[in-house]
Amino acid sequence: MKKLLALLTMLALFTAGCTNEQKPVEPAAKATAQPAAAKQIKAGFIYVGPVGDAGWTWSHDQGRIEMEKAAYVAPSTYIESVPEGAESARVINGLVQKGHNLIFTTSFGYMDATLDVASKNKDVIFMHCSGYKSAENVGTYFGRMYEPRYLSGIIAGKMTKTNSIGYVAAFPIPEVIRGINAFTLGVRSVNPQAVVKVVWTQTWFDPGVERDAADSLLDVGADVLTMHQDAPATLQAAEARNAYVIGYNSDNRKFAPNAFLTAPIWNWGSIYTKTAEEVQNGTWKTAQIWSGMKEDLVQLAPLSEKVPAAVKQLVEEKRKAIVAGSLHPFSGPLKDQTGKEAVAAGVTLDDGALLGMNWFVEGVQGTIPQ
Amino acid sequence: MLEILLDATVRAGTPILFATLGAIINERAGIINLGIEGLMLIGALSGFAATFSSGSLLLGVVSAFVAAFIAGSIHALITVQLRGNQIVSGLALTMFGIGVTALFGRGVVGQTIDGFERHAVPLLSQLPVVGKAFFNQNGLIYFSFLLVAFIWFFFYHTRWGLNLRTIGENPAAADACGIAVNRYRFLAVACGSGLVGIGGAYLSLASTPMWIENMTAGRGWIAVALVIFASWSSVRALFGAYLFGGITAMQLRFQAMGTTVSAHVLQMLPYVFTIVVLVISTIRLQKGASQQPENLGLPYDREDRK
Repeated sequence: MKKLLALLTMLALFTAGCTNEQKPVEPAAKATAQPAAAKQIKAGFIYVGPVGDAGWTWSHDQGRIEMEKAAYVAPSTYIESVPEGAESARVINGLVQKGHNLIFTTSFGYMDATLDVASKNKDVIFMHCSGYKSAENVGTYFGRMYEPRYLSGIIAGKMTKTNSIGYVAAFPIPEVIRGINAFTLGVRSVNPQAVVKVVWTQTWFDPGVERDAADSLLDVGADVLTMHQDAPATLQAAEARNAYVIGYNSDNRKFAPNAFLTAPIWNWGSIYTKTAEEVQNGTWKTAQIWSGMKEDLVQLAPLSEKVPAAVKQLVEEKRKAIVAGSLHPFSGPLKDQTGKEAVAAGVTLDDGALLGMNWFVEGVQGTIPQ
Repeated sequence: MLEILLDATVRAGTPILFATLGAIINERAGIINLGIEGLMLIGALSGFAATFSSGSLLLGVVSAFVAAFIAGSIHALITVQLRGNQIVSGLALTMFGIGVTALFGRGVVGQTIDGFERHAVPLLSQLPVVGKAFFNQNGLIYFSFLLVAFIWFFFYHTRWGLNLRTIGENPAAADACGIAVNRYRFLAVACGSGLVGIGGAYLSLASTPMWIENMTAGRGWIAVALVIFASWSSVRALFGAYLFGGITAMQLRFQAMGTTVSAHVLQMLPYVFTIVVLVISTIRLQKGASQQPENLGLPYDREDRK
């Protein structure tokens, strides 16, 4: 009995430790600058990883910090490393109980928990990242990361000498597959001979495995790497072996000062600030937001000095075309991995097809586990 | 190809090897330590922070050992001196490790250092197949070879090793022989924990020279399982760690080479392997052929005569 009690105590401590809540400090100066009548936005964030992951969660936290610059936003709260699934409802509910009126849940696995808590708290506005379910007080938001991925593919296609490019990928889900395809289309638009080799790690975050996966691609002759992972291990692998690398999530060039070419990056601050502003004005309405480079939610990090001027110019032209809407990476004709026509000429894949993508374009070497 | 695979195997297996060796020393003294994951993190952070501020890799390894030694001493204090529950104390140590490294690691997230590099051993590194994998590696890997041999020698060819094994089997008998049971146990737990810390430092100084929260990603738990697979032997721990590292390395390389085998099948391999190992160890346990220390997990109290 004693042991059981001790174990239960430990469990309780563990869950308490996991949520690791940050107590916001009230800056007095900011509060006094407020007009008395204005509604204060008290925002709360649920993060799937630690802020120190130097990747996905870090990029969200940068967005949160940017949002706090607005005068009407009170110091916000974030809770790190919240496990996905039903358990997260308890944590989200905790934020509601503490008086937060705008809550961002920043990973796919919080979808059902977010809707569940939202249905019982109609006066609170929720924003869920990367999901497909919304409600009266739940909006969704995500970025068209495939746009900068396509641009980074152009650079990879121009920079490779072995015509072999490696892609360290986390899980075979549409978001990742879409990125691989867009990248490959970018590569093949300038270098039809190049192939993109894919290795699945089946983890978002395991620096050791990511490093090993990157090394395995270098071992088979890849001289440019890119990744869809949360740790910057792929960058270090490329740096150690004098290859080139294209990062992801944030501008993490310091991990590979010589190898780094560019990175498709998130700019969550733009959507967080916009949402806070809409809630403040009372103009917020539920929507399923999927923004691209035009809205500045996704970007391509500044290109390194290693990229020749002609390539820089080409990328800039293509970027302008994507922003203007005259270029869409997934416009036909597109062939699938087997060389069969997948998208006819003149057809552009709609958002539904993009969000459910489960096939590889021509030029990808790898399999999608079914 | 085989050469590359072996090389990757050694590199992936080494952090688990250090952790398993540390855990074996704990358990040989009769103390279960489930704090391995936390100790690895403590070692990874202190090793990285020390190297980052001093520029010395050696200092990094030493601080990883010292920090994990100190953290392990907490476990030793609770389980040996105070005779507390070893399972609970170990789990608490893991949680403590995760939390404390997250807190103190903030300052060095995103910092970079020059990590361990390969140094070829003359002549030996020219050997076919095994040369590159075993003799063109970094200093920490060479150290792990020496450690495996040293621990084997210590357990079976020194009086202290014999005493330590006796304590794990029957502390009352050891006590009757005049062996300082608690002192041995305390030191075994603390030194074993220190080695676990070096396993963590391998990740932050050699494998991926950086600090990220939770960068061990569960390797500590693999080490806990490998202790049983290795049946408390340092030599078998080497094989276990390499087997585990090798399977991971292999499935990644099969994918990179573009095999048509489903990635799911390849990724299942480490887990299939774990289950097979558990089945084999359990059968051996039932046959009485297990090497498990008789008094593993039980606190010793001189007053409490059976």
